This record gives sequence, C-alpha cells and structure tokens, in this order.
Amino acid sequence: MALAFPFSAIVGQDEMKMALLIAAVDQGVGGVMVFGDRGTGKSTAVRALAALLPPMQRIAGCRYNSDPVRDEAFHRTLNNLAEDTPLEVEEAPVPVVDLPLGATEDRVVGALDLERALTQGEKAFEPGLLARAHRGFLYIDEVNLLEDHLVDLLLDVAASGENVVEREGLSVRHPAKFVLVGSGNPEEGELRPQLLDRFGLAVEVTTPKELQTRVEVVKRRDAFERDPKAFLSTWNEREAGEAQRIREARARVQDVEVPESVLNTVAKLCLTLGTDGLRGELTVIRAARSLAALEGDVEVDESHVRKVATMALRHRLRRDPLDESGSTVRVERAVAEVLGEVA
Amino acid sequence: MEILGSFAPDPAGLGPAPQAADREDAGPVSDPWTDAALVAALVAVDPAGLGGALLKALPGPARDAWLDMLRTLLPEGTPLRRVPLHVTDERLLGGLDLAATLHAGRPVAEKGLLVEADGGVIVLAMAERLTPAFAAKLGMAVDHGAVRVERDGIAALTPTRFGVVALDESVGPDEGPPEALRDRLAFHMELEGLRERDIGEPLHEPEEIVAARDQLARVTIEDRALEALCGAALAMGVVSLRAPLFALRVARAAAALDRRDTVEQDDLTLAARLVLAPRATRIPEMPPPPPPEEDQEEEEPPPPPDEGEDERQQDDDDKPLEDQIVDAAQAAIPANLLARLMAAAGRKRRTGILGRSGEQRKALTRGRPIGSRRGDPRAGARLALIDTLRSAAPWQPLRRAEMAQWAEHRGDDRPLPRVLVRKDDFRITRFKKRSQATIIFVVDASGSSAIARLGEAKGAIELLLADCYARRDQVALVAFRGKGAEALLPPTRSLARAKKRLAGFPGGGGTPLAAGIEAAHMMAEVCRTRGETPSVVILTDGRANVTLEGIGGRAKAEEDAKAAAEGLRAMGVSTLLVDTSLRPAAKAQALADSMGATYMPLPRADARALSVAARSAAQTADA
Repeated sequence: MALAFPFSAIVGQDEMKMALLIAAVDQGVGGVMVFGDRGTGKSTAVRALAALLPPMQRIAGCRYNSDPVRDEAFHRTLNNLAEDTPLEVEEAPVPVVDLPLGATEDRVVGALDLERALTQGEKAFEPGLLARAHRGFLYIDEVNLLEDHLVDLLLDVAASGENVVEREGLSVRHPAKFVLVGSGNPEEGELRPQLLDRFGLAVEVTTPKELQTRVEVVKRRDAFERDPKAFLSTWNEREAGEAQRIREARARVQDVEVPESVLNTVAKLCLTLGTDGLRGELTVIRAARSLAALEGDVEVDESHVRKVATMALRHRLRRDPLDESGSTVRVERAVAEVLGEVA
Repeated sequence: MEILGSFAPDPAGLGPAPQAADREDAGPVSDPWTDAALVAALVAVDPAGLGGALLKALPGPARDAWLDMLRTLLPEGTPLRRVPLHVTDERLLGGLDLAATLHAGRPVAEKGLLVEADGGVIVLAMAERLTPAFAAKLGMAVDHGAVRVERDGIAALTPTRFGVVALDESVGPDEGPPEALRDRLAFHMELEGLRERDIGEPLHEPEEIVAARDQLARVTIEDRALEALCGAALAMGVVSLRAPLFALRVARAAAALDRRDTVEQDDLTLAARLVLAPRATRIPEMPPPPPPEEDQEEEEPPPPPDEGEDERQQDDDDKPLEDQIVDAAQAAIPANLLARLMAAAGRKRRTGILGRSGEQRKALTRGRPIGSRRGDPRAGARLALIDTLRSAAPWQPLRRAEMAQWAEHRGDDRPLPRVLVRKDDFRITRFKKRSQATIIFVVDASGSSAIARLGEAKGAIELLLADCYARRDQVALVAFRGKGAEALLPPTRSLARAKKRLAGFPGGGGTPLAAGIEAAHMMAEVCRTRGETPSVVILTDGRANVTLEGIGGRAKAEEDAKAAAEGLRAMGVSTLLVDTSLRPAAKAQALADSMGATYMPLPRADARALSVAARSAAQTADA
C-alpha cells in the first residue's frame, strides 16, 4: 500500500485542516463533513491525519480497541474475566478506518467469523469496521453515494455509541464511539438532512484558483509520487511538529477556560441565526476550546469563536438547503453582527 | 505539424493532413490518427500514472484498431481486462469465492477485476452509462493504488495500479461518463468521424515502449516548465488540479518515448494539446500588447482548427513559455467549445430529452434490482433466493453439526433438511427508486404580466424546492417564453442545480402556454414510464398568445392551451396551477379547470400556503 501524503504538505485548504485538527484534539466535537470539488485533497487530508494522531492506550490484544478504564467492564464481560484478573495495557495507533463504498453490512457491523465456522465449526463473532473504528475515526469518502441502509445503520450507531448485533443466536453489543468523517461532492447527490445534522463540523473545499498555489500543489504531488520516501523525509520535521501540537493540545484542552462572556456571545450568535436546538451552541464552544488548545491559549476568546463559527454552524441553519455558500454567508453575516467586523 | 514530427519516427504512409480538411467539426487535430496513435503509446508507457484515456467513439473499425494498437504496444503479459457495464461489486472489487470456499472448507477470497488488472489496463464499455457510484469505487482504487474490500466476511487491502480506457458511446451532448471518471483520465479523445482509410499504423514499436518505461523514471522537468503548464491550464479555464498533473506526466512520458531525459518544449506543447485543450472551458485570452501585429491574428476567438498553428510556431521563440504552450493547445481546443459548456452547465437542458424517452427509460432503473441486502422478506420485500442460498451456504457444516447434536439430544432421528436456512440468511432484493415523487415546475417566463411577477414566482419555487428537499423528491424545471418551451432541468435531486438554472433564466417574449403544458406533459410521461410519480406545478397568468406552432395569435393560442391542458388532465397527474397575474383572472381559473388542476392565485398565497398546496397535490398523486 502506498505511503500517505503528509498532512503538513497539503497546500492551503486551511479550513479543512483546522476542522480535522479540532476533531483530533477533541473527538467529542462530533464528526467532520467535507464538501467540495474533485481533486482537492479531501481524502488525502483525512488519511494524512492518521499519521499525526498520538497513540492511545488500549487493553492488550483487544479487537474492540477497549479503553483500559472506560471499557474495562465490557472487556471483562466479553472475555469472561474475573474482577481481579489483571489487564495488560498496550499502546496502539488511533484507528482511522476507511469505509469503502461497496462494503456489505456484515463487514460493517460484524458477523459470524466465517473462517472459524468453516474450519472449526465454531460460532464466534468477527468484529466489523465499527469495532475497528472505536475511539478513532471512521472515514467515508463520497458519503452521499453510500447506500441508504448502511447510512441508517451508521447513524444509529453514531448516535448511541454502541453497536448491537443479533445474529445466528449470537448477541453482541460493543462500544463504538468514533468520529465520523465524510467527504462528498454535492453535485453528485444531496446528503440527507439527518446525516448532515450528525456532523459537528462542516467545511467546504474548493480548488485553488491562484497560479502560485496551484503550481505548489502540482509540484508537491509530483515530488511525492516520484519518490515518496524522500518526500516524506523532507516533511518529517513539520509532521513531528504538528503531531506534537496535537498531543499538547489534547493534554491541555480540558483545562481551557470558557469565560461567561464568550458563552453569552455564542448563545447570541445562535439565536441570531435561529439554529435548532443546543447542538450548534455546544459545538461552537467545544470547537473553540479545542482551537484555543491548539493555539496554546488557556482561555477561549472571541477570535476562536470567530474562526470556528462558520464550520460549526453552516449546516445547521434552518433550511435554505439550496445552496451551501448561501449559508456560509449567513453565518459570516451573523458573526459580523454579533462580534463586530474584523478589525 | 512540426510538433508531431519529433514523435513520429515513421510517418510514412500517414497522409499528413489532407483528410482532415473535409471534416468541418473534426475538432482538434489535423491528423486525428497520429494523435490517437500517440495517445496509445503514451498510455502504454505509463498506464497508471496517466489514468488512461476516454475514447469517444461508437463501436467501429477505428475504435477496434485503436484498442488493437494498445494491446500490441503493451508489453507481453500485461493484463487488459474488459469490465462489463453491469459488473457486480463482487466481481469488480473481489469478495468471497463461494465454490472454492465450500470446497476448501475455509474462506477463499476471489480477486476482483481491478486487482487482476494490476499493472495493466481495464476497458470500460459504455462508459456514458456508468453510475456515479461505480465511478467513485473505481476512483478510490485509482487514487489509493489499492482496492479495499469489506464484503461477505472478507476484509482485504490489495495493491493494484492500472490504467483505464473508457469507451464513451454517447451520441448527444446530454450524455457522458461521470465527471469523477473523466477527471481521472489524462486523455479525452474523439475518434468519431475517423474513417477506415484514416486508420494508420502505430507510431511505435513495442520495444520502444519498453525502453520508454525504463527511461521514464529518469526524465526530469524544470520548474519553469511545470509552472508554464499550470499557467496554461489556468489560462484555458481548466479548474481541476489533476489536469496539470496529468499534463506534466504526459510531457514526461513523451520525453521518455523520445529517449530523452529532460522534458523539452515539444513535450509540453504536446501535453497541453492532448490533455489541457480538450478540457478547456474558455479560449485563453492573449496577454495584452507586446507584438501588436500578432495580436490581430490571435484575437479572432476560436481559431480554425486546421490552420494557424504552423505560422504561429515560427515567431514563438521570444514569447514566454506559457504562452507558447497555450498557443499550441489553442489550436486543439474543440471548435464546439461553447456548445459543450452549455451542455456541461445544464446537462440535458434541451427539450430533446423528452423525445428520447426510450433511451431514458433504459438508462434509468425502474424496477431494476440493484443487488440485495439482509432483510425480512415478510415486510413486503421480495426474497432474493439465490443470494439467500449463497449466504446460507458457508454455514451449512456448522449448522448441520449443531442440528445433529440437538437432534441427538432429543433422540430425534429424522433426517436433517438438505439446506439449513435461517432468518439471518434472508436477502431481499433492492430496487432502485421504487416510488420516487417528481415535481415538475412549469414557469411562465413570458413578457406578459407574468414578467412582473417572475421574481416572486421564482421565490415561490425556491420555497417549494426546499420542501422537496426535505421530502427527497426530485424536481424538474420547464420554462416557456417566446416561441416555445424549454426543459431547463431534467428530474434531479440536486436542488442547488435547480436553483441555479432558475435564477439564470431570463423573462420576456410571448406566452406559448400550450408548448409549456405540452412539455410538462411529456416530461410527466417519461417520469411515469420510469415508475416515478410525477406531479405538475404550473405558474402562469393563463394568458396564452403563442400557438403550439410558435406563431402569435391569441385565440388559437388559447385554444391550443386548452387542448394541451385537457391532454394533461387525461393523463391523470395531479396538478397545481398558481396564478401569477396581478389580479386573479378568470382565464387562469378556466385553464386550471381544463387540466383538472388545483387553482391557487399567487397574491393570496403566501409562501407557506403554497408549499402546503404543492404537498397536498403530490400526496393526491401518491394515493
């Protein structure tokens, strides 16, 4: 399998990169949807993110990526382990799992292990992609082309954080908390509103129009394809820096303060836009906090809100689904109204 | 054709250009076969790197000859796989080999076509009918250089790199392969109009291809050249970034074919001509002043394809590289650029779609099963028997053992059933869009009183569109003004497109109401043959003054409109007529009666009421 293009070598596309970094720092932000033109590096960015994520701790050998603390009970029940059996903990990369188009349901949710059934005549559960994506990212390229019944299934699991499988007399439930990352091209079919609402952040990418940027994109892409190893090594340092930034931000994010005044501002912003429910408000705050952590700040201020408001709210506006750019403008206008024009 | 000279070691037997002269719309090149032969050689040198070629041609000797040529040029043993149009995911991507699995008693994976084609080329027949979903799956394999399979208990990631030759047999500008596929192929080539006598010999020997492949990794390109290619792409309005990247690789492959290790200007102009020009969305503007005498020549917009290139080439040397590339490509920009653009902007915009319902029906999928999925056949779904048995098959030994145990336990010695099928095995057939509601909007954009309210009417439609969005309906747009009606948008779920089309439509002219109703009627028929449920929303003031034939005359026009309205009524679709006249008029009311439509005057209809009305109209249709 080819090596992944480095995240830091992606030219431009700042909004998309910011959204992915925010989700990497605080997975609770709740998913990123990337809309945009073909060939703008949507998939590249998501795959590149995997290399930057600091490893996680999991119960050794667990195929469900069990968290040593939160999923301990699950793990013990699953494996019939007594309360006092000591559990080993290992370091593992944060999963970034691809859900390819054409995947069948049994591989997504998990099913009976065919191999064991055939060779040993045993019934055993073979976890699917949802288990593999637990505590990580589940990426669906061209999400608008995914078959409806799979979308329904994903929504259900993403909402409950748990995957329930009843099959062949086996009954399995396992935790499946993941950041759903989708990409798609609106020209190729609309996204169902229910699915759209499920994403915390929505970003738009367009093909750069400036010559210099375009030259740079082509140059780097070409250099990468000609000699991936050499290219990666020239970007090593930057990648390490980016990874470091995520690691530090993760350690810090829970301590970032959100002052009352910012909470009020965000509430006012959402009120102005008439977004449904509280989800928008919460997402703005969480995203702003995560961004503050990334930027090394100890407190969220209006500049952070300003930067994340559009991506957190543009897909939550009361329907004018007809054009996305319209909603972007609406959010920007509301931001200007509530926070004042940028100085 | 100086550019080609260096690439044509054996141009003998290829009459230079005379054939081209008698073909008006021959498009880009004076000698299409030479270009076609070059493209074949370039694809053979770097199939995966260049993505491949889109070959627009109907089946025929030219296409066969080209494919034969490619086959000969590809080094021995290179896979060349034909992918049928309705290939299953299993065959395409790979999956469980059931027979082998049962035989071996352990899961055996089957390679998909994409993996089998590793290192070679796949040929897609009837590419214009490929679905976006197919293009997306193919695109993922191409982009990642690997196929990821998560099917039927098989999870695998298999590297594969291949080129794609897509055979585009579309006839009108309305059709074409999915954009996601086009974007990933370096060459967009037309072989249409190529006659048997145009077919020549390959320009290269297989050994040259082998040598070029070897050379390829050593070919370097100056930054200046790369920048020039990017600049040329931008100047021609080529947005996708894949295009300059392909142009770059084509230039490299061309240099390699010529056994050089640096990319020279000829390579660049060739790349621009073959890769960028067919993608051009505008005729590049020439940079202002310097040599003024040259500008005059340049300014007459689409340069006739066959001439000019050579003259221009001569005094090129003092121009910046980018301009030279643009110049070279410009000669190859398709002459019908504008027509193509229109087609791309609103595919299938012309009423033509209505006349070709047969074709349309084939392309769509009424009642076409599109695979199966796990489900309960009792809920009105149809059992997919074969798929059910397939899914039950691997589990038989396990179940048999279980059953035997259980039977023994109970002391039951009746024989076991032959096949043990359980609820989990049930597969139901999925049909595409079994009952899709399609709302056809018919907009009176004439200059009569409707014009005053065209804006409002558009606003109202937008609201209705938002409503359709929520209900996942399809929408279609028909507008009429002047002499006739125009299908602005065939049924689509892309409301963004609907809105764009609507906003850009001007008003003015006569009121060919009958033509508008007729067009809606035809479109509704097409929808119905596809198994969709059409309903029609007409926004008009009912004051017809252009007949069906496109001639002025109020009396006849109104008569025609009434007849058309009755025709629509006979079809029995649910219809809503929104009266857009300033004061509700008896005429519109009468027309609504003729077509059996719900009548609603716009003045009193606030937007919400309108959307409720449209919905109830659609619901009547469902019932």
